[in-house]
Amino acid sequence: MKVILPLLKGLRLTFSRIFTKPITYQYPEKKHKVPERWRGIHYFKKNEAGETACVACGLCVKVCPNQCITLEIGEKFDGKRYPLKYEIDPWRCIYCGFCQDACPVNAINLGEDYEQAHYRKEDFVLDMKKLLAMYEDKK
Amino acid sequence: MAETKYMTINMGPQHPATHGVLRVVLELDGETVVKSTPHIGYLHRGIEKIFENRTYWQGEPLTDRLDYTSGMSNNLAYCLAVEKLLGVEIPKRAQYIRVMLSELQRIAAHLLWVATHALDMGAMTVLFYGFRERENCLKVLETVSGARLMPDYIRFGGLREELPGGFIDMAKSFIEELPGRIDEYETLLTENVIWKGRTKGVGFLSAEDAIGYGVTGPVLRASGINYDVRKAYPYSSYEEFDFEIPLGTHGDIYDRYLVRLQEMRQSIRIVTQAIESLPEGPIKVNAPQYVPPEKEDVASDMAALIRHFKIMADGIKPPKGEAYVSIESSKGELGFYVVSDGTERPYRVRIRPPSFLNLGSVSKMIEGALVADVVAAIGSLDIVLGEIDK
Repeated sequence: MKVILPLLKGLRLTFSRIFTKPITYQYPEKKHKVPERWRGIHYFKKNEAGETACVACGLCVKVCPNQCITLEIGEKFDGKRYPLKYEIDPWRCIYCGFCQDACPVNAINLGEDYEQAHYRKEDFVLDMKKLLAMYEDKK
Repeated sequence: MAETKYMTINMGPQHPATHGVLRVVLELDGETVVKSTPHIGYLHRGIEKIFENRTYWQGEPLTDRLDYTSGMSNNLAYCLAVEKLLGVEIPKRAQYIRVMLSELQRIAAHLLWVATHALDMGAMTVLFYGFRERENCLKVLETVSGARLMPDYIRFGGLREELPGGFIDMAKSFIEELPGRIDEYETLLTENVIWKGRTKGVGFLSAEDAIGYGVTGPVLRASGINYDVRKAYPYSSYEEFDFEIPLGTHGDIYDRYLVRLQEMRQSIRIVTQAIESLPEGPIKVNAPQYVPPEKEDVASDMAALIRHFKIMADGIKPPKGEAYVSIESSKGELGFYVVSDGTERPYRVRIRPPSFLNLGSVSKMIEGALVADVVAAIGSLDIVLGEIDK
């Protein structure tokens, strides 16, 4: 009896679970709801003119622990700086969010997207076009 | 006279029950283990060396990747060591939040242990039940830090940002639900005759041996030695919390299981107290040379902008000196030794990983045991190879 009773108690517990609602959700159809602070794939914020809000100060490049950001600085006629080329190497990035913390104009942000699956290797690289497009998706 | 020939068997590094890339070379006499030698280093990334090439700031994400089941504790240990170098006193609110989060992380780590160890022993139901609760716990941590396993939320001089709205309710509902869930695991395991047969008297480690091998954490306490860094050398206001240190008597796997379950219950007590008595106030220390300004100030205040650039680009420069801080992580005593030469990069960072020292005792534990008990003994130590190999 001493042997059987605990086993029966365990079985009662597991059987009672049959009648409860399952907690698993069918992932690709139903997405994981991420919190507001989620550190997912990056995006660029846009200014009123529809261009990137980035001022190419280079602070994110400096603070990035893995040196995964490539930045080429361009200059407009009025002397304002803008990123000529801005690329994030997705294989080096660890999504620590330091670039977001460092950005003085809140241009680069870590978004809520977390799915990265592409057919081609080149499609993973986050360039200016993609970073700006991600902002559109967000809105 | 016939000569006894022992069979040498390689267990790992791809063995699923070694919890990572641990390789154990076993010398067997039939089913009995005569000698065992653990081999480590398959996950070596040179983290201690990488620290030297990074600023103090950039070193923090590395600590998440040591013991990936308790990122908050690792962040806390590293930050406490650097803060000792800087000589700053952290505001009470930040200290309480740190305690709360590292205890939630301990619960998550212990839940993972109960779940996976039960699976190792053949009790599959507990795996699913344990992961169900762990998922809820990680959701709470995710809300505050933004990532499930790599929180990176505790920073030098305080915390990254204030707790999000609704966090307290989330944490409360989680810790109110948990005691009932732990009872469920106990129903399934504690009196279960198969579980007892697999764990009682197996993987025995005497108190003398435990001290001799430098074992810490639940494994040491299961051997009956009352040593917990939270009580022995309180850090981050642990002395203000009322909790007990659960102790075992036999030093076998069954006692380690009981100690961990009790620790979870104690962690619930600590989190409850932290929530109830959470003081108001700042979450960052007032030390402008080390702590970057608030994001809102950067946009409006020129001095703040300059300070922001200075700290982000150059990093912080602690005064010359060295500091060692150890904390009680979910695995045992986790220590960080940081040496500063006055520049923005640490001169040396040495990590004392609890799993590494706990692993040393495994040969003693499985001497004369059966092969099936090797899996049980390794699992009971709750080792994480990311921490051992660094």
